[in-house]
Amino acid sequence: MTSFFALASQNILSPMVLFFGLGLLAAFARSDLSIPESIAKIMALYLLLAIGFKGGASMSGVGFDPRLVAALGLGVILSFSIPLAGYALLRLTTGLSKIDAAAVAAHYGSISIVTFVAGTQAVSSLGFSFEPWIVAVAAVMEFPAILTALWLASRAGEAKHQTEGAELFREIAFNGSIVMLVGSFLIGWITGKPGLDIVNPFIGDPFRGVLCLFLLDMGIVAGRGLRQGAGELEWTTIAFGIYMPMAIALLTAVLVLPLDLSVGGHALFVILAASASYIAVPAAMRVALPEAKPAIYLTMSLGVTFPFNLTLGIPAYLMLVQALKG
Amino acid sequence: MMQTHPKKKLEIIIEAPLLNRLLDKLERLNVSGYTVVPAIAGKGSGGAWREGQLTQAGHMVMVICITSEERVPEVLKPVYDVLARHIGIVTVSDVQVIRADHF
Repeated sequence: MTSFFALASQNILSPMVLFFGLGLLAAFARSDLSIPESIAKIMALYLLLAIGFKGGASMSGVGFDPRLVAALGLGVILSFSIPLAGYALLRLTTGLSKIDAAAVAAHYGSISIVTFVAGTQAVSSLGFSFEPWIVAVAAVMEFPAILTALWLASRAGEAKHQTEGAELFREIAFNGSIVMLVGSFLIGWITGKPGLDIVNPFIGDPFRGVLCLFLLDMGIVAGRGLRQGAGELEWTTIAFGIYMPMAIALLTAVLVLPLDLSVGGHALFVILAASASYIAVPAAMRVALPEAKPAIYLTMSLGVTFPFNLTLGIPAYLMLVQALKG
Repeated sequence: MMQTHPKKKLEIIIEAPLLNRLLDKLERLNVSGYTVVPAIAGKGSGGAWREGQLTQAGHMVMVICITSEERVPEVLKPVYDVLARHIGIVTVSDVQVIRADHF
């Protein structure tokens, strides 16, 4: 088994992570380096299309894997329950209000697809394969956490009145990234290998280059967020952004064991659970819990947890899974 | 000199995730039209914000709507219902339009 330092340095010295670091540096130095928002959005769609399509195409022609159903079920349960633990820890260890704690907890129950994409690259570059349907777990883990956070907030009596439930649920369940990911997965599944041959020149080799550019932008956005939002956070809150993903990773790594996934698939499940949302959940929180401060939850998920997972978290989770699976 | 007609202009600066809710209300009110304008950056009691993040949270947009003075109260009420708990600014100002029948 490779040492953690070897794994971590291999991960940190990958072009993707270095470009993220470049973005962070540019933001801290107040450089005018920036990527137009519409281009960042196109790159995000591209990554979702590529990861969904490749997952779907690899499923095509392969018999149904019953572990998929169990994995989806476990993903949903984790997404529902992680915010409960997160909320309790935040209330115990930080000075966050009930509503801010509920909003932050929702981000940790949900997932970050970019962390997952970076994880697939790290896992593949180390020579591990993974179950192609693991991407479907990403889709189902995105929104249950939001419902838990809304329940926590209403229980705390701090959500002043319920926002129209059906409309909010529709927005959460059909947000653009879920539709793109699930849609691309299904199209990949339907068209299979011949379909993949058609679009592979677009989603194959260019994928890593686009990921570099996208992570550069993420670095800039995370750096700006940290610069503006760090003053809002106590050190106990920042610490939560580091230990919470590690605790979730440990729990998930054990819970996933009975599914008997490959090392790569197991590690990706752990990476998904340990990641924190910064696209779908913040938007849902602005609609449903406007009293929660975005400077807190965005800085936590994008400025603290995302860089941690991208640099040290991913190799640590991979190492953990390797150790557990012997 | 070309004749102009007095109207009221509503400028609503609202969080981007709420835009569709606001536009639905305006549609239901049968306002004669509106224009949505992107906002780039700003600062208010809710802190500083700027575009450029992938999430819509933290983005603001401006909706401009011109209507007659008599209709202002009936338009403002549902607009306030959408905005009440959120970050936003609503202003009403006097304007002159050239084509009165359009509003």
